[in-house]
Amino acid sequence: MSSGLEQLYQQIILDHAKARHGSPLAAYDGDGRVGESHQLNPVCGDEITLRAAVLDGSVAAVTWDGAGCAISMASASVLADLVQGLPRDEAITLVDAFREVMRSRGRIEADEEVLGDAAAFSGVSRFPARVKCAMLAWVALEESLLAANG
Amino acid sequence: MPVIETPVTLTPSDAGLTDAEVHRIRNDFPILGTEVNGRPLVYLDSGATSQNPVSVMEAEQEFYEQRNAAVHRGAHSLAVDATDAYEDARAAVARFIGARTNELVWTSNATEGINLVAYAMSNASLGRGGDTARRFAVGPGDSIVVTELEHHANLIPWQELAARTGAELRFIPVDDAGALRLDEARQVITSSTRMVAFSHASNVLGTISPVAEIVGLAREVGALTLLDACQSVPHLPVDVKALDVDFLVFSGHKMLGPTGIGALYGRAELLNAMPPFLTGGSMITTVTMQGAEYLPSPNRFEAGTQRISQAVALGAAANYLAETGMERIEAWEATLGRRLVAGLEAIDGVRVLGPRADQPRIGLAAFDVDGVHAHDVGQFLDDQGIAVRVGHHCAQPLHRRLGLTATTRASTYLYTTTDEVDAFLAAVAQVRPFFGAE
Repeated sequence: MSSGLEQLYQQIILDHAKARHGSPLAAYDGDGRVGESHQLNPVCGDEITLRAAVLDGSVAAVTWDGAGCAISMASASVLADLVQGLPRDEAITLVDAFREVMRSRGRIEADEEVLGDAAAFSGVSRFPARVKCAMLAWVALEESLLAANG
Repeated sequence: MPVIETPVTLTPSDAGLTDAEVHRIRNDFPILGTEVNGRPLVYLDSGATSQNPVSVMEAEQEFYEQRNAAVHRGAHSLAVDATDAYEDARAAVARFIGARTNELVWTSNATEGINLVAYAMSNASLGRGGDTARRFAVGPGDSIVVTELEHHANLIPWQELAARTGAELRFIPVDDAGALRLDEARQVITSSTRMVAFSHASNVLGTISPVAEIVGLAREVGALTLLDACQSVPHLPVDVKALDVDFLVFSGHKMLGPTGIGALYGRAELLNAMPPFLTGGSMITTVTMQGAEYLPSPNRFEAGTQRISQAVALGAAANYLAETGMERIEAWEATLGRRLVAGLEAIDGVRVLGPRADQPRIGLAAFDVDGVHAHDVGQFLDDQGIAVRVGHHCAQPLHRRLGLTATTRASTYLYTTTDEVDAFLAAVAQVRPFFGAE
């Protein structure tokens, strides 16, 4: 198989696709506000429901349920690890940074300092048909944080 | 690369085309000689769209270079030439399915053909077309019947017709294997049924529907029938009179033709009684400021400037298929289909949808790979130059019924070789190891 395929499916992605950190979706009974979002990729049927709790301006908990391809499930798992405990504003900045890389068609290499394990998804940006898979959980987080704010 | 041993062997008597002929045919299709991701293209997505032979592309180019003009209007020589080319193509495609020329209406694709009938019925339900169109009217107390395995194109137009008119939409269910439940059909198709619309060949399962039985049930209660022949007209001999259906639709791009052109067949007496769907120029006899009278079929359904070059090219495609021989294409694809299914079933963790290898099917197989999403399967195959379809194949209800959201589908055509099927099978065998599926 080609290096393109290995760039797309890095080991860290294959591992997260199975580990699914933050899954399943859990009820949040702590203090703070909770937002939830359901996202569907009609092209392939990838689906995610994500719940985020915000307490004192920080992300207190992220859990999710999903069904979909390795890219979408791994992306949700990495995201759940990354944003745990992050100030809400920084979480939103992180989503923007990830989106910029995903939309770059391979022109922007992810900054590992900023994106951590999510930098492994850089290769996805060269496969336009898969960008939506990688973005699904991130869009769900964005909406959840918005809902938790409201 | 692991070698897949399949129990299927080719014999000249059942193979239809020979390997040598298929290789000759491939020379007519320039795209089949290209590379994808540094590997020779293995195109197994003809169920979605087929590739075009040079003769089809040349027919379209020749039309633009030598005969381009508006059809059915203007008296200059070029307009006469263009009209001849357009109508010759209609005759070729009509002949290809055993229809009379005035029974073949050009549409953009099969989807538009189904919508045309559904909206014509809608218009009839509003009283358009007068007494002769009353047989197309539906309303509260009436029912429209489809099946659980339909492509969305043969489901949603009927859902919308039911919603607009107050008619009830019913469906013939499938069993756990995806076969139509004929025993249930008798309860579903009743005296209230006005239309029974169903697929000739399933785009997911590759199964051929029991057309005679379903048409028989519809006839018993006086219901109209519409056959979605998208996956049959390109792949096996189809004779609309033998099938005895009232309407039949198919798409050009799935039968070696260009995109943007398809056809609706309808029995002449029905088409001539049915109110139009799209209205405007070229479909009228007399127009006043108060109203208009319409031409007979097919012109009454072809409002506005038509897809002339595409129609001409589709005529060339029908001729190409007819010259190759539909019986032989059908036999070749049946051989490939058996090889596909037997090969897939031999791979650990792979489940083929629909009938087993020894059951009749067109050369198409959709399958689930345990522990690996279809999108990832498709990506892995694409890396090896193998093009397949992934997703729900526009049949969400059928997938839901079979407990799946997305599957991978390989579909063959007259230009598919046994080597390509084997390369595909070898690649599928590598999928679960690559993704570490247990």
